[in-house]
Amino acid sequence: MNAPATSFDAVTVTILPPVARFNLRIAPSDLAAASQAFGLSLPTKIGQGEQNADRGAYCIGPDEWLLHAAEADQQAIVAAFDEVRANTPHSLVVISDRELTIGITGPAAAELLSVACPLDLSRIPVGGAKRTVFDYAQVTLIRDGEDAFRLEVWRSYFPHVHGLLEVATRELALGL
Amino acid sequence: MLLIHCPYCDDTLPELEFAYAGEAHIARPEDPSKLSDEEWRDFLFIRTNVKGVHAERWRHINGCGRFFNALRDTVSDRFLTTYKAGEARPDTTDLEAAV
Repeated sequence: MNAPATSFDAVTVTILPPVARFNLRIAPSDLAAASQAFGLSLPTKIGQGEQNADRGAYCIGPDEWLLHAAEADQQAIVAAFDEVRANTPHSLVVISDRELTIGITGPAAAELLSVACPLDLSRIPVGGAKRTVFDYAQVTLIRDGEDAFRLEVWRSYFPHVHGLLEVATRELALGL
Repeated sequence: MLLIHCPYCDDTLPELEFAYAGEAHIARPEDPSKLSDEEWRDFLFIRTNVKGVHAERWRHINGCGRFFNALRDTVSDRFLTTYKAGEARPDTTDLEAAV
């Protein structure tokens, strides 16, 4: 995919291709049923993540998970959870179109994010995720590597967040 | 910027992720229709407005989304402790003495 990218040597900002996203709410004691339906053992602690091939699961609240999968698998996952619902009450909401993902990679990735993200980014473990704010827009920040992040933004906030990142990238490139 | 400890995330995070939600431990009367106008007014509007340690509700709105309670000194703006919603107000005499 020819994703629009803004970059200089130290950091690259890309708009990533769409994925299937779900918001799962389930009692932590029923987590095993959800793990089985999704085919990935869901993390139990807020901020932790679990990944396997194109599946990803991130714990973002005491009973709330963000699930990622390939776009083509969306219907199958919804069907799998429908079967679980008979015995285990939960809520699975498809939020694929609610958000866009921005990829931020490069040695200056954390520095770029710190322009508008108040978190101490060094404390987010690789593979972890956190819901937080980016200049007043609510985002989910996923850390894929020491200097690789994904930022999930609601589409209505996207022009603002992406615009800010572009401006900040140019500032970093100029050494401001 | 204030750093606030979220008892659900078990992490200390920047104030920007949180929203203030008024005084804590105010129980809604079981049967409002039995209350006099003055009692109902007191429940709705009258707050303690303490100078010192204040029990207040906060919500981790840009995080786990949970409401919890905090004890904050309104003079120094220092958070003494935070605890989950539904728990009793902890005894903080030793913490206050350390201020």
